[in-house]
Amino acid sequence: MPKEEPQKKSRRGQSFAARPTPRALAKAKTGIQGLDEITGGGLPRNRTTLVCGSAGCGKTMLAMEFLVRGIVKFGEAGVFMSFEESADELGQNVASIGFDLPALVRQKKLCIDHVRVVRSEMEESGDFDLEGMFIRLGLAIDAVGAKRVVLDTLEALFGGFANLGILRAELRRLFDWLKERGVTAVITGERGEGTLTRHGLEEYVSDCVILLDHRVVNQLSARRLRIVKYRGTLHGSDEYPFLIRENGISVIPITSLTLDHTASTKVVSSGVPSLDKVLGARGFYRSSTIMLTGAAGTGKSSIAGHFIAEAGRRGERSLYMALEESQSEIVRNTRSIGINMTPLIRRDMLRFHVARPTAYGLEMHLASIHQAALEYRPSVMVVDSVTSLMSMGAGPEVTSMIVRLIDFLKMSGITLLMTALVESLKDGDTTSVNVSSLVDVWLTLSNHDIDGARRRTLSVVKARGMGHSNRTHELTISNTGVQIMHDTASGMRS
Amino acid sequence: MTARRKAPSGKAPRASESYVLYLYVAGETPRSAAALANLKDICRLHMPAGHRIKVIDLLKNPKLARDHQILALPTLVRELPTPVRKIIGDLSNTERVLVGLDIKTAR
Repeated sequence: MPKEEPQKKSRRGQSFAARPTPRALAKAKTGIQGLDEITGGGLPRNRTTLVCGSAGCGKTMLAMEFLVRGIVKFGEAGVFMSFEESADELGQNVASIGFDLPALVRQKKLCIDHVRVVRSEMEESGDFDLEGMFIRLGLAIDAVGAKRVVLDTLEALFGGFANLGILRAELRRLFDWLKERGVTAVITGERGEGTLTRHGLEEYVSDCVILLDHRVVNQLSARRLRIVKYRGTLHGSDEYPFLIRENGISVIPITSLTLDHTASTKVVSSGVPSLDKVLGARGFYRSSTIMLTGAAGTGKSSIAGHFIAEAGRRGERSLYMALEESQSEIVRNTRSIGINMTPLIRRDMLRFHVARPTAYGLEMHLASIHQAALEYRPSVMVVDSVTSLMSMGAGPEVTSMIVRLIDFLKMSGITLLMTALVESLKDGDTTSVNVSSLVDVWLTLSNHDIDGARRRTLSVVKARGMGHSNRTHELTISNTGVQIMHDTASGMRS
Repeated sequence: MTARRKAPSGKAPRASESYVLYLYVAGETPRSAAALANLKDICRLHMPAGHRIKVIDLLKNPKLARDHQILALPTLVRELPTPVRKIIGDLSNTERVLVGLDIKTAR
């Protein structure tokens, strides 16, 4: 942060403090989850932002949420000028995400003006202007003292008037007028063929353009948001998945585009003392990411169960994201190895987040994990299994989702243990999700048939920042839990 | 509809013969003056059965812009006879005005 130095004078003898810093671009927070993070603080204040995308991509929803959050969170009244839907229709559409527009209108915090433009009802004879629209907009702004304005969508005007020369000139005048009025505006536009909007609205809006996209991949819908441009601001340039949920839009990731989280030196036990010994550091580093890979029945979920029980013993909360089994199945199965999760659940020290991977799209999963983690604030999280997510999308998408999840949990100081199913011993050292480089601890579990008996083994592929065993250890599971065998020739490096 | 319009004041003649016209403007601009002048000419020549013109200045009464769905200015609204018709512009194209008022059919 550049701070003004009072003794330092410019050549004209004027102190720096007297002048506003030219770099600081005032922004208006949208209050939309995740959007303010990727725009570095919101939309350009007192400017116009274009939100474009094809039909049904969520333009109107985003614009409306910008207004409603502005009113509710930031005390800024708003005007919604709708060229398509009536106030009643708008109200019904957003009631599903918990917005009560009629109440906001009654409280004189929101003004909705439905502009009907029907070409067939209108004859054109000679010159005209759109002063009527300016008067209506001005009236609405004054009626509630609006600081935010939405025009949804101006493109309807192109269907309403034959004289496009006049229309374009008036649009240009409108954007200047909005700036003069000192309102932060959002206009929406329909995506055109090879252009951002069908009628080139992007020509008039030079400050900020946001593109929304809604596509279906593998029969699962995926919504994306991209900031096409944002003058004078460093912004995330990726396509961000977003969701329309029961409480509005949430853009993912919610946090962090950087790797600036501080590494913890605190260690937490895995819950299996003999495993802690293998790791050589009494357990896992707090807020690290641990991956357990192995074939079916090698003990992945059992180790996860110990880890959760141990967190409960420390008095810390755990969140169990179960993608393969139901809560009662997990509780029953862990009881058979001597872990009783029921008291933890009763004391709200353990919550399950059960969802079939196919029940939602990929983004929905990530968002629900975020949401659950934000609300519940666990210190430990288990994802069982991450492989289940594979069925939901193409490889790179799943990888990027897991990368975001890891980042988010690290930033939040949550220790993540995830299990991954690998089909055979052969690919035991690679994971199909390709996140092995991101995890801090990687343990592989396998089954061996030795002398007619099935034997489980565990080995440490890597354990960042710890002197760990490089041997393959035998692992046993009994009704008292998981045990790691330390042979006579212990492989501890230390 | 065959029923004859019953005029409240009793002086309005048959709907098909008399016109009630509202001209919406924003202040006294050259364009609004031109629209009014053009309208008066058209009325004189094409509405032998009589007409009534009311000029509505939206700068004085902005709420009416919203109530009457006015966007472009000037806007001429034929209130009577029904149905309501709208013509926007300075009314310099007489042909279009006549079509818009249903006095002439579009070719």
